[in-house]
Amino acid sequence: MNHWAFVTAAYAVTLLGTGGLAAWAWLSMRRAEAAAESLRRDK
Amino acid sequence: MIHALANPTRFLKLARPLTPVLFWAGVALALFGAWGGLTQTPGDYLQKESVRILYIHVPAAWLGMGGWTGVAGASLGYLIWRHPLAHIAARAIAPAGAVFAALCLITGAIWGRPTWGTWWEWDGRLTSMLLLFFVYIAYIALARADADRGGDGRVPALFGVAGSVLLPIVRYSVVWWNTLHQGQSIGLTSSSIDSSMLWPLFFTIGGFTLLFAGVVLMRMRAMLAIQRVEARMRRMAAQ
Repeated sequence: MNHWAFVTAAYAVTLLGTGGLAAWAWLSMRRAEAAAESLRRDK
Repeated sequence: MIHALANPTRFLKLARPLTPVLFWAGVALALFGAWGGLTQTPGDYLQKESVRILYIHVPAAWLGMGGWTGVAGASLGYLIWRHPLAHIAARAIAPAGAVFAALCLITGAIWGRPTWGTWWEWDGRLTSMLLLFFVYIAYIALARADADRGGDGRVPALFGVAGSVLLPIVRYSVVWWNTLHQGQSIGLTSSSIDSSMLWPLFFTIGGFTLLFAGVVLMRMRAMLAIQRVEARMRRMAAQ
C-alpha cells in the first residue's frame, strides 16, 4: 500500500478546504465593505 | 476589554489591521509546520508515512471543537450581557468551525484507510465528531433563518449554548467507549509521541488557529458592513 497517496490526498483536501474558506471570507468581506463605503460616499 | 469592544467602531479599528496579521502569520506557521511534518520527521514504525496526516488532522480536530467552544461562549455572552458583537462573533465562527470539523472527519477517514483498514467506523469519537458537524450546519441554518426573519438572535444563541453538551462527549468518547479510535496521545504536560515527530504539530496547531482567527475577523467585518448597508437602506426608505 502506497501511504504517500493517502498523505497527499489528506493535505490536498486540507489545502482546498482552508483555501476555499479563506477565499470566501475575504471576498465576502471585500464586497460588503465596498458596498458600505460606496453607500457612505453617496450620502 | 470585552465590553470596550462592544462598540463596533472601536472593534473595527482593532480588527482592520489585525486581520491580515493573524491570517498571514497563520499561513506562514501552518506551511512551515506542514513542511516539517512532510519532510523533516521520521515515519512511524507501524503507521509508516501515513502518520504525517497527524499534522493536519489534529489541528482540524482542535479547531472543530474549539470553534464550537467559541460559538457557545459568544452565545452565552450574548444571552447574559447582550453584548452587541457576541451574536455576530458566534455567527462568524460557525462556518469556519464547520469547515474544520469536516476536514477532521475527511482527513481522519483518509488516515483510517491505511492504518485501520477502513474509511469509517461507527466508533464513539468518529460518530460524536460527525454529530458536532451536523450541529454546526443546524446552527448556521438557524442563525440565517433568524436573521432573515428579523429575529433578535436569542434562539440561535440558546442553540449555541445547548450544543456545547457535545464537547465533553467528543473529548471523552475515547475513554467512555473503547472502540477503534486511539486514546489521547497528546496532553498539556505530556505526550506519548516522541519529540522528534511532535514539533511540527505545534506549528500547524498555532498556524491554523491564527488563520482561523483571521477568517473569523473577516466574517465579522463582512457582517458589520452588511448591517451598516441595511441600516442605511432602511433610513433612506423611511425618508
